[in-house]
Amino acid sequence: MFKKATTTINKNFAALFLAILSSNSFAAWDDLNMTEGVTAISKEVFGLHMLIFWICVVIGIAVFGVMFYSMFAFTKKKNPNPSTFHENTKVELAWTIVPFLILVLMAVPASNTLTKIYDDTEGDINIQVIGYQWKWEYRYLEDNIGFFSNLTTDLDEIYNKTPKGEHYLEEVDEAVIIPVGKKIRFLITANDVIHSWWMPDFAIKQDAIPGFINTAWTIVDKPGTYRGKCTELCGKNHGFMPVVVKVVPQDEYDLWVAGKKEEALKMAELTEKTWSAEELVQRGEGIYQKNCVACHQSNGAGIAGIFPALAGSDIVLNNKARHLEILMEGVQGAAMASYANQLSEVDMAAVITYTRRSWGNAENGDGEIVVPTDIVEYKKPKV
Amino acid sequence: MSAVIESHDHDDHHHGPAEGLTRWLYTTNHKDIGTLYLWFSFAMFLIGGAMAMVIRAELFQPGMQIVEPEFYNQMLTLHGLIMVFGAVMPAFVGLANWLIPMMVGAPDMALPRMNNLSFWILPVAFFILLSSLFMEGGAPNFGWTFYAPLSTTYAPPSVTFFIFSVHIMGASSIMGSINVIVTIMNMRAPGMTLMKMPLFVWSWLITAYLLIAVMPVLAGAVTMMLMDIHFGTSFFNAAGGGDPVLFQHIFWFFGHPEVYIMILPAFGITSHIIETFSRKQLFGHTSMVWAMTSIAILSFVVWAHHMFTVGLPLAAELFFMWATMLIAVPTGVKVFNWVTTMFKGSITYETPMLFAIAFVVLFTIGGFSGLMLAITPADFQYHDTYFVVAHFHYVLVPGAIFSIMAAVYYWIPKWTGNMYDERLGRLHFWLSFIGVNVTFFPQHWIGLAGMPRRVPDYALQFADWNMVSSVGAFLFGASQILFLFIVIKTVMGGKKATPEVWEGARGLEWTVDSPAPYHTFSTPPKVS
Amino acid sequence: MNEGSRKTIKLLCFSVLGMFTFSFALVPLYDVFCEITGLNGKIELEATTNQNLETESGRDVSIQFVSHNNEQMPWIFRPSDSQIKIQTGEFHTATFYVKNPTNKTMIAQAIPSVAPSNAASHLKKLECFCFEQQELAPGEEALLPVRLIFDDELPDSIKSVVLSYTIFDVTDYNDVEMTQHHNDNDHHDGHEMEPSL
Repeated sequence: MFKKATTTINKNFAALFLAILSSNSFAAWDDLNMTEGVTAISKEVFGLHMLIFWICVVIGIAVFGVMFYSMFAFTKKKNPNPSTFHENTKVELAWTIVPFLILVLMAVPASNTLTKIYDDTEGDINIQVIGYQWKWEYRYLEDNIGFFSNLTTDLDEIYNKTPKGEHYLEEVDEAVIIPVGKKIRFLITANDVIHSWWMPDFAIKQDAIPGFINTAWTIVDKPGTYRGKCTELCGKNHGFMPVVVKVVPQDEYDLWVAGKKEEALKMAELTEKTWSAEELVQRGEGIYQKNCVACHQSNGAGIAGIFPALAGSDIVLNNKARHLEILMEGVQGAAMASYANQLSEVDMAAVITYTRRSWGNAENGDGEIVVPTDIVEYKKPKV
Repeated sequence: MSAVIESHDHDDHHHGPAEGLTRWLYTTNHKDIGTLYLWFSFAMFLIGGAMAMVIRAELFQPGMQIVEPEFYNQMLTLHGLIMVFGAVMPAFVGLANWLIPMMVGAPDMALPRMNNLSFWILPVAFFILLSSLFMEGGAPNFGWTFYAPLSTTYAPPSVTFFIFSVHIMGASSIMGSINVIVTIMNMRAPGMTLMKMPLFVWSWLITAYLLIAVMPVLAGAVTMMLMDIHFGTSFFNAAGGGDPVLFQHIFWFFGHPEVYIMILPAFGITSHIIETFSRKQLFGHTSMVWAMTSIAILSFVVWAHHMFTVGLPLAAELFFMWATMLIAVPTGVKVFNWVTTMFKGSITYETPMLFAIAFVVLFTIGGFSGLMLAITPADFQYHDTYFVVAHFHYVLVPGAIFSIMAAVYYWIPKWTGNMYDERLGRLHFWLSFIGVNVTFFPQHWIGLAGMPRRVPDYALQFADWNMVSSVGAFLFGASQILFLFIVIKTVMGGKKATPEVWEGARGLEWTVDSPAPYHTFSTPPKVS
Repeated sequence: MNEGSRKTIKLLCFSVLGMFTFSFALVPLYDVFCEITGLNGKIELEATTNQNLETESGRDVSIQFVSHNNEQMPWIFRPSDSQIKIQTGEFHTATFYVKNPTNKTMIAQAIPSVAPSNAASHLKKLECFCFEQQELAPGEEALLPVRLIFDDELPDSIKSVVLSYTIFDVTDYNDVEMTQHHNDNDHHDGHEMEPSL
């Protein structure tokens, strides 16, 4: 009976110990520790992280304890005659086997959590995530919604000309919106080089590999705005393509979906209407800031030897046809990609017009503008 | 057995070294070549360190202050390449050259002329690599791990020079390893069985086998890159039926054993130093050999722990998680053995011992973060963040680099005949110790809090600890100028060293004069 | 140099060459290993020769089709149906609409990828536009077929599969005959274009 009591006490103690080890008692030190996150999986991952951490701390204290003790107690002065023992098979066996058992103890919960993460059942909502140099594209497969997500932090903040905002480098023009409590599956790929999509609060990180698709899933318990990063070196603006996901109640999500679909319809109307040069330039400026400044710079001067200047460029001044062609098809063998699939006809026309009318180009060149129907025409077959 | 009588046999006056600068160009003497490797590695350490200063200066505050993102990527790439291939590896080869022949009672390395070639192609390789900074498109900017397709389709023109440079470095390592293995296996003094060999020699024997096995694989990987870039193949290009992930498998098959190549000699050095300054025979000599061997073997089957997020199947992820965790066992054995050697010893704290003790503690901390990284689901949160940067800098800087510094302080009296200045040595130690911890410990926190690696700028919540880390880096960097001063001062003069140098030092190298004669053990010693 | 040393040197040199060859062997070995262990996440780019795939008693599997243009390749490329439900052990033909809106002939290569990855080895194709490069003249459009089947060994836990195709532009722009478009070398504006990213 006594044995039973001690077993129970030991069991409870062990449970308590384990609970403390994996608990959130240190989440208060938020700047110093991993996030607990907002999903069941992220909390399990946090628990594993803390468990391993504490085991390491205990082992560290034990080992360094013996070492520091030796450093003080066995100086030459205090112990002028050193011992001569230099082997002990029993002890060596013990400290080979015991660590092995501790590792098994760690491996069991880790393997369980990993198996859960590899759940391959379907999601309620499937979102294709595509990494580009240097932004993300999101496509909601069931509802046929798609948009790009660009960093909106101003270059002026980055170059220390204006003070940095609260979400410096963590803000985008369009966040991913998902509903609480539903299973969301992400289908992750890339458009050019390898990127990686990381949402710390969901404990999701999967590489985005061109030509291949990787999956991840999540069910988020708590509404809120969650921010993540690209975590694979992908070129010059690797540090400037954040991830933002907004988790909202179901009805808000439904409204958003409906709104997006309406937007698509409206876009068709916008393509048909008649635009003035001023309207196009105004719209085009925003598009330019989002998509073009990284290489061609705000003042259109480019970077000598690397990215051509648009201000005073012969193509921009005098060759509307070639200008259009470059934007629609990219330049083979150079960094300039085709933007045909990224920009709507309206936005394409706007940004081209903006560059033809800015930085003195209007005065120095033919000043010709491009309207959305020009783009529609371009896309029609030529034969 | 050659019928030709070795020319130095009938000269009882040992030739001194040749005169003038060409001595260094033509030397086949293992001591000279060891010196060349060590000075070269020190120069590379300072150059790679300067790049680290640029990186930490840019990261001192949020925002872009000093360099552009494109150049920053070149700095981080070159920093990694130079430290791995130019500082750490050549330093260990330099130590191998100086010490292995003396420790096994051999007159020189087995292939002295190939030894000379192995060294001299290194400055050529690094000249090519560093000159890429001035090429159009700039230096390589894809990280020292150069994943495709960033390093193939999207690479600057200098990538071809990078590949050439890597081939040359690889050739140097391979030739050096052949030399080491042949020397150890075939030129030990009579009576020196393998188990009587000192641990530094053991550590290098194992390291050399690892190099033979994996440097050719790195050569294969960069050759495939070259073919994809210039000859229209599609090893790593999905459009042609290839796979970017294949690159990662091949690279890390080399890459993981490579990191053990960078630490095993450090284990050897630490064993020597702790034994000497504890005045007590190393605990568990046999299991130390067993531990290094099993670490080397296991290192071949854990490579994909660098790839947990690429989309591997569950079975693969589980296997690599368990295999990686397993490496903690033999590594732990080594740490326990060092501590037990100190226990009930008779310890003094000269500079080599300070560095060796710091190695044991700080490398172990790096090992703990490594164990955390091995846990795959947790790794999803750590991978490609500053947590990983903290981990590998702990095992490499207060790990490998501290062991190299320890070795230099320990053996420089043997090489030069002069004692280094103990006070200055201790100052160098404390400045480095503080610098290294202030630089890298906060990086664990920044990584956990969410900062990715290889970025020139960061969100505001990471600012405070980045500033602290940068200050630590400046301190650590400046302290190495002190080290340079100490080394030069010692070479030029100092208190004369005895042959034994350190009370309690064991090994054949301590039976010859300090400085060691130009040719030692022309007649093999008898080992009991 | 003693005999032992010579032997060791020879052995080590062979090992070096062997490991270099091994690294190239890793390329096909990678695929072989995946097949043997069944860990194959990659899809074969050739038609299956297996005759015994059809069964009557299959279960439901839903397939989601996803398309992507690599590097903003300018073609229009989308699946005719974005989601279908089929039975395991039953052939199905899906189509993808493709159009070349530019004024030059172009060639594309489609690369498939499947999620979850352990479904890949159970997906067999009799016919697929990914087996060959596809050439389209300016303005030409087409409906490209994929005739596929899931064998009945598909793990029970997999109830839906995503089949994604990425098209890459593999046109040889140096082939003057083929590309009716003027070469990018005649930039008259005098601006230097950096040839790579």
